[in-house]
Amino acid sequence: MDFTFTEDQLLFQASTRDFLTGEVTPERIRAGWETPDGRDPALWQQLAELGLTGITVPEEFGGLGMSELDFVLLAQECGYVALPEPLVHTALVAVPLLRQLGGELAAEWLPRIASGEAKVVVGLEQNLLVEDAHVADLLLLQRGDAFHALAPGQFELRHNESVDPSRRLYHVDIKSGTDPYLPLDAKTGSVPLLVAAALDRGALGCAAQALGLAQRMVDMAVSYSRDRQQFGKPIGSFQAVKHLMANVAVRLEYARAPVHRAAYSVANAEAVAARAVSHAKLMACEAANLAAKNSIQVHGAMGYTWEVDLHIFMKKAWALANTWGDTAFHKARIADYIFTEGAALGAGATFSNP
Amino acid sequence: MDLAYTAKQQAFRAEVRQWLATNVPAQPLQSFDTAEGFAQHRQWEAVLNEGRWGMVTWPEEFGGRGCDLIDWLIFEEEYYRVRAPLRVNQNGIFLLGPTLMEYGTAEQKARILPKMACGEEVWAQGWSEPNAGSDMAAIRARADLHGDRYVINGQKIWSTRAVWADWLFGMFRTDPDSSRHHGLTFILVPLATPGITVRPIPQLDGLPGFAEVFFDDVEVAVENRLGDEGAGWQVAMATAGFERGLMLRSPARFQETARRLVELYRANRVSADGDPGVKDAVIRAWLDAESYCLATYQTACRLGKGGKIGAESSTNKIFWSELDQSMHATAMSILGARAELLPHAPDATGVGSWLDGWLFSQSGPIYAGTNEIQRNIIAERMLGMPR
Repeated sequence: MDFTFTEDQLLFQASTRDFLTGEVTPERIRAGWETPDGRDPALWQQLAELGLTGITVPEEFGGLGMSELDFVLLAQECGYVALPEPLVHTALVAVPLLRQLGGELAAEWLPRIASGEAKVVVGLEQNLLVEDAHVADLLLLQRGDAFHALAPGQFELRHNESVDPSRRLYHVDIKSGTDPYLPLDAKTGSVPLLVAAALDRGALGCAAQALGLAQRMVDMAVSYSRDRQQFGKPIGSFQAVKHLMANVAVRLEYARAPVHRAAYSVANAEAVAARAVSHAKLMACEAANLAAKNSIQVHGAMGYTWEVDLHIFMKKAWALANTWGDTAFHKARIADYIFTEGAALGAGATFSNP
Repeated sequence: MDLAYTAKQQAFRAEVRQWLATNVPAQPLQSFDTAEGFAQHRQWEAVLNEGRWGMVTWPEEFGGRGCDLIDWLIFEEEYYRVRAPLRVNQNGIFLLGPTLMEYGTAEQKARILPKMACGEEVWAQGWSEPNAGSDMAAIRARADLHGDRYVINGQKIWSTRAVWADWLFGMFRTDPDSSRHHGLTFILVPLATPGITVRPIPQLDGLPGFAEVFFDDVEVAVENRLGDEGAGWQVAMATAGFERGLMLRSPARFQETARRLVELYRANRVSADGDPGVKDAVIRAWLDAESYCLATYQTACRLGKGGKIGAESSTNKIFWSELDQSMHATAMSILGARAELLPHAPDATGVGSWLDGWLFSQSGPIYAGTNEIQRNIIAERMLGMPR
């Protein structure tokens, strides 16, 4: 039993944090809102040079060959800066799906992802819309019991604006006359299994980012509470304000371990992975939503403005809570487990893995 | 990261399970807040100690097994799984014991720990005073050094287990000119000493789980001082830290409550679903109890590798105490009109121990430093908000 990260994993997290907080500033994010596609090719190239786009790509395809567990701490840091680029999606959803699909498709696309040359986007029916489909060089789109591998030109997009201007969401229609159906051989596994795995990875990515988002909002609100004076003293000295932040700290403290457990479960293909992911996403997104609620309160009227950066993080947290499976979906998965006769619950059952 | 138990840990679990299966009393003991129940629980401590299961993390020389925190969590899981008796000497074994090992002299350890481990000496707490509750630094009870004896005068209150306990540990003001957290000294007091009057205070369940303790020229030998004179605050903070931290409220207790809550919900599903909030509360209870377990394992592993617990331990006490309260509130909702019935009432079918637990859960956010004080600690020391 060892529930700690290695020195290397923690160092990688620290260096990624330094890079991201230095480069992905609120100013840069706001600048992205003004561009047509909202994406920053220079930043993507920087991420590629650090090896991050290929972090889960096997070494034989030019990546770092790391696992979901190695990446989870980095995903938290992506959340901390509200990274608009689809790095978490790439590392946790697109690359693992390509690895599962294997064959020529993987051989063609994995090296291009690692080099930063191409973006691959996965669209599941579970999600209402497909995020970042407009920058996809390859779109792996699920329709019922089939995956379609679509190149630009083979699909049409209808943009749906999100409350979070960093999120670019699209309804996708496959153009008639194209035949992009992706044949799967028996050893690849069935589409439902691939979809389930992709969904869990996407949800894990949301959970990890939610941890970072929550931490960022707490940091911003605490900092504001030190600077803002009323009644002749910093508002952070008032208990009512302190307790708003302490309440977030408590929920956040107990959301981390479930996310790390979920990453371990996914990386090791544990039988309990789906339940661990739902647990993690519910805890982390709830903590992030509480962070948003209490942080805007601490900011007072300033928090309700477009000018103050808090909303960059609030809006992303709100969006992540209901994508890659909304609260109802994940709670239903927990309920299905715990309300089943004979379920292993209670003391001693946490790490059992039937 | 490797979230599988080692073969050694699995063997340890099996050994605990087997011992408990043959030794845990078949009938639940009476409440340790009755004279008879107290004696039964004291006897159970002796049984545990004979098997060297009383305090598995203690060094072997004091009756322990020198286990690490993961083994301790495993032990607790097995212990709560079979609903073994609550620990009447928890003030001693979980709070004072670790502090003694850190601050006690060799003589004190040899004299006190073995009798604590076997339940021969049960310990009460002596922190609060009528005007020193959340503001513990306002302590006024005095201990004046005369030769080789302290003479204690004053009053303590909310002293848990003091009615039938043998000893009390607490903080007293040894420097009459001092204020706040200076000039306080940690002293161990035999409760049979002349000049001590213990007045029981009935708790919500009507039983005297705590007491007022009056000191009238009570003489205590100086060798019962723990740590240096005037260093009581530092010693006490170590005790409070243990109390809030890992030892006192292990996850197993709350996981078992969550499991029983799931069972209660399933057994009463038709009526329970009449309130749509109940199902959600049951799901949340299980999620939070699991989260508490996961976070505790993570902390235990971190400590095992030389990490430290800081102000974040204050999140722990808030989390479990509010979880416990909300789980029992949910159980009360499910039980509906039966919830108010005492377990022996003729029509109290299926109520089990939920009412007892509900009453006790009311104390969680209050004792060991109110949750409001914990929130201040989190805000100031963990988040860096201004005082």
